[in-house]
Amino acid sequence: MPGPIETIEQEIVEEFSLFDSWEDKYEYIIDMGKKLPPLNDAYKTEENKIKGCQSQVWMHSDLRDGKVYYEADSDAMIVKGLISMLVRVFSGQKPEDIVNAPVKFIDDIGMTSHLAQTRSNGLRAMLKQMKLDAVVWKTKQSGEQ
Amino acid sequence: METLTVGYDVYEIRKQFPVLRRELKGKPLVYFDNAATSQKPQVVIDALVDYYSNYNANIHRGIHTLAEEATAAYESTREAARVFIGAGSVEEIIFTRGTTEGINLVTNTWGRANIREGDEIIISTLEHHSNIVPWQMLAVEKGAIIRVIPINENGEIQLEEYYKLLNERTRIVSIVHASNSLGVINPIKQVIDAAHQAGALVMIDGAQSTVHLDIDVTALDCDFFAFSSHKLYGPTGVGVLYGKKELLENMPPFHGGGEMIKEVSFEKTTYNDLPYKFEAGTPNIADTVAMKAAFEFINSIGKENIRRHENDLLVYGTGLLKNIKGVHIKGDVAEKVSVISFVVDNIHPQDLGILLDNQGIAVRTGSHCTMPLMQCLKINGTTRASFAAYNTREEIDKLAKGLEKAIKMLS
Repeated sequence: MPGPIETIEQEIVEEFSLFDSWEDKYEYIIDMGKKLPPLNDAYKTEENKIKGCQSQVWMHSDLRDGKVYYEADSDAMIVKGLISMLVRVFSGQKPEDIVNAPVKFIDDIGMTSHLAQTRSNGLRAMLKQMKLDAVVWKTKQSGEQ
Repeated sequence: METLTVGYDVYEIRKQFPVLRRELKGKPLVYFDNAATSQKPQVVIDALVDYYSNYNANIHRGIHTLAEEATAAYESTREAARVFIGAGSVEEIIFTRGTTEGINLVTNTWGRANIREGDEIIISTLEHHSNIVPWQMLAVEKGAIIRVIPINENGEIQLEEYYKLLNERTRIVSIVHASNSLGVINPIKQVIDAAHQAGALVMIDGAQSTVHLDIDVTALDCDFFAFSSHKLYGPTGVGVLYGKKELLENMPPFHGGGEMIKEVSFEKTTYNDLPYKFEAGTPNIADTVAMKAAFEFINSIGKENIRRHENDLLVYGTGLLKNIKGVHIKGDVAEKVSVISFVVDNIHPQDLGILLDNQGIAVRTGSHCTMPLMQCLKINGTTRASFAAYNTREEIDKLAKGLEKAIKMLS
């Protein structure tokens, strides 16, 4: 069972606080990208593709026992590392918690620029899509009740 | 020794570019995204400030002193542009927002008036989206056909295949002079001559070539030639479309409005003479005026001197990057402008771009608005370093070191 979203965000911020150089930060992100479990090829569909300008990102989500579980992949390593953190923060959380999460850790670890419009690397679109999926699951859930 | 070009003081030239004093993430900026847009020298910045500070006025119809001064400055840029590309008359120089607008002007005016169902338009595999999409829009509207000149694995167009594409239905060939993605220079003189023999017109996309190569539209005998100011040290938002006078005279106007008319009544409007027929509305006066300062800047150093310097950087950089394991240069040919476009085994260009940016090095990554070219080369994009008059060998050393570091981090 993962802790609350803020707690995981705080963990990530603490991990990054150990690094003083940009190299260490990025090496850690790249390492997380490498460790992200590969997305099942069946989910690498056009439908699951989040279109960034340069890199491709695929994302799939499921609802199990009232929690949303995300899987994702990218053809670019740094984006993959960044999305692995989003997966770590959001996967296993309740839809409403995901929808309402302010997601501060990206700013706090100094990766704000990756959310900028000009980066076009799909991270911004990825975050948006994760939240949209959570909205969908939340709606379906309340429909079933 | 910095450069092999005798009498070329790159450090003096660098001093004229305020932005080059900037630091990026605590490191001196290395700007290698010149094919996207070049930086601006102080003389260009001063020309903009001078215009707004001293003689800002709407041009052409005003009878007061400021309007006369602004008109004189605006029209003297037209003459400078005429000389810069070797056009015969200022009537053939139309100010646009840039290369893209120049191409769209031709497709919307000449194209709509002359292209019919079943007509053929030839472009090449190397084209920027700006020289594909406007022709596609025209082709869809008119039921015309787009033919594409193939390239070899080095990005060189296949002339023999091009000659086979030409036929009696070919109306126009629109081709890039130098590829923005690879830097490869096309043999446009042969392209133009063959097209003319087949009775077709030729439009040249000069966005990348005009800053590097000597352009003489009269000698080339091209029918249209478009370029942008911002890629040749001038301001953004202004460019030039050259067209042969007899063609321009017979083309309908592009935009309707003020300036492009002679007389207007609710029944009938008569259009102004060239080039004003194609310049509706108040133009981008300030940037146009400052574009002249950019021409003068280039002329003051000499295009040939700049080219020699850039070529030295190109050869030096190509040698260094080629020696890095896993790096493959795309478009590694003899005839090219100072662009090095490369891929690295198993590494996404975007990752390289991010890690180079963290080292103060600005390059461009991705498809460079040439998706069909990337598909043809079977790659998802490249990393592109493009050089200008102010770049140095030391900066290329930094790129090579930075690249090695990035590759190590990603491997």
